[in-house]
Amino acid sequence: MTDTPTRTASPETSLLRTPLYDLHLELGARMVPFAGYSMPVQYPAGLMAEHLHTRAAAGLFDVSHMGQLSISGGDAAAALETLMPVDVIGLAPGRQRYGMLLNDNAGILDDLMFTRRATDFLVIVNGACKVADTAHIQKHIGTRCQVTPLPDAALLALQGPLAVTALERLVPGVGALVFMSGQSFVWQGHELFLTRSGYTGEDGFEISIPSDAALAFARALLQQPEVKPIGLGARNSLRLEAGLCLYGNDIDSGTTPAQANLLWAVQKVRRTGGARAGGFIGAPTLLAQIDSGCARVRVGLRALERVPVREHTALHLPGGAAVGEVTSGLLGPSADAPIAMAYVDAAHSAPGTRLDALVRGKPVPMQVCPMPFVPHSYHRG
Amino acid sequence: MSLKYTVEHEWVDADHALATVGITHHAQDALGDVVFVELPEVGKSFAQGEVTGVVESVKAAADVYMPVSGEIVEVNEALRDEPALANTDPLGAGWFFKVRLSNSAELDALMDEAAYKALTQ
Repeated sequence: MTDTPTRTASPETSLLRTPLYDLHLELGARMVPFAGYSMPVQYPAGLMAEHLHTRAAAGLFDVSHMGQLSISGGDAAAALETLMPVDVIGLAPGRQRYGMLLNDNAGILDDLMFTRRATDFLVIVNGACKVADTAHIQKHIGTRCQVTPLPDAALLALQGPLAVTALERLVPGVGALVFMSGQSFVWQGHELFLTRSGYTGEDGFEISIPSDAALAFARALLQQPEVKPIGLGARNSLRLEAGLCLYGNDIDSGTTPAQANLLWAVQKVRRTGGARAGGFIGAPTLLAQIDSGCARVRVGLRALERVPVREHTALHLPGGAAVGEVTSGLLGPSADAPIAMAYVDAAHSAPGTRLDALVRGKPVPMQVCPMPFVPHSYHRG
Repeated sequence: MSLKYTVEHEWVDADHALATVGITHHAQDALGDVVFVELPEVGKSFAQGEVTGVVESVKAAADVYMPVSGEIVEVNEALRDEPALANTDPLGAGWFFKVRLSNSAELDALMDEAAYKALTQ
């Protein structure tokens, strides 16, 4: 048997550590290199138990490898609209939105979450992209607004139906937040910025906290009876069941928001005919694709047999030509079936379409299906 | 019984010309929760080192190799419905297949328990 999980040759010593590194070791985590950091892929309970616990109660994730930026100044909203095809100006204070940085071909440089706070935007980007993102933002809008990386802030996520119950005990008042909104709170003298959002499809929170308070706060959360630590392995299976893209797998600089089926994130005001149509990097390509369609699109797939179908697996018409490729795939612990995301020719992207995945040379029947694979349970108030 | 081990983390329990094969405790632990096992066809022969199938967890897939040359005479059908047997009882109810050995001398080159322990520590 040859073990082929994602391990790289990069020496442990060159990896960065989050403020919770020692806690992960204490909890018995298996650590792996991820985005330049040594991160917990799973704890002794294991991926399956961690995944199911998050769906049933509350899971604590260390996502401090992610990048946090503050973008401020009177022109910040208009400046950000030159980098993203989304409505930034119209976002109300205290509200959060999904965005994407695009290149000249409308390829996605990164996807991100941003919240309008009283005096700035808090922007959360992917760990592996944060250095390049910061340079990109500085280069294009650095003279119009203040772009400040926040390397001294940790980021925790508490996800699951009982996340609010557990967090409310430590930080009274958080239950009043609704999905995709954020607010400052104080815990034992430390200022936290909480948003009611996440990457699992469940109700929950992401918590930006000063690094020097993160360990104590994480321990306090883990003392709550609902909360268990969850590794990156379950984070991946949870987000795939929720139909959420993983940057680097399902979207990258070679895919556009239209191909990626992310046009729900492109508000009408930025599209052809909108009051602020275009005006962002990549606009000609993206608007043309919105208006005329594109040749390949991201879809969800469910296998009709219990054979996992993984990334890079080729997709064919039954007994026929190649029409696409899987970008993420695994056996969904809650979906209880092999599920996948893939790019396929638009002509074969309708829900219900039968395709064959070629796994070790054998066809595994799959069906295009709507996402999410497991219903979202957000708290919309 | 005296088990033999391979560097690919399979165990072999040989009794004269017949051997039972599975994956080791170390292997199942490294993989995590096993969700799928592809077993070889009964009656098919493999040379030592050939891929006979695959074992998959949520996060990873790993090939299963033939530890000793021979013909597959039986596979553990229970693994198809309950792949987690490979985790819960890897040396017992989680066995993979039985082989009629074509060259039992190959057994001598496999690791004993002490050597395998040294490899995985």
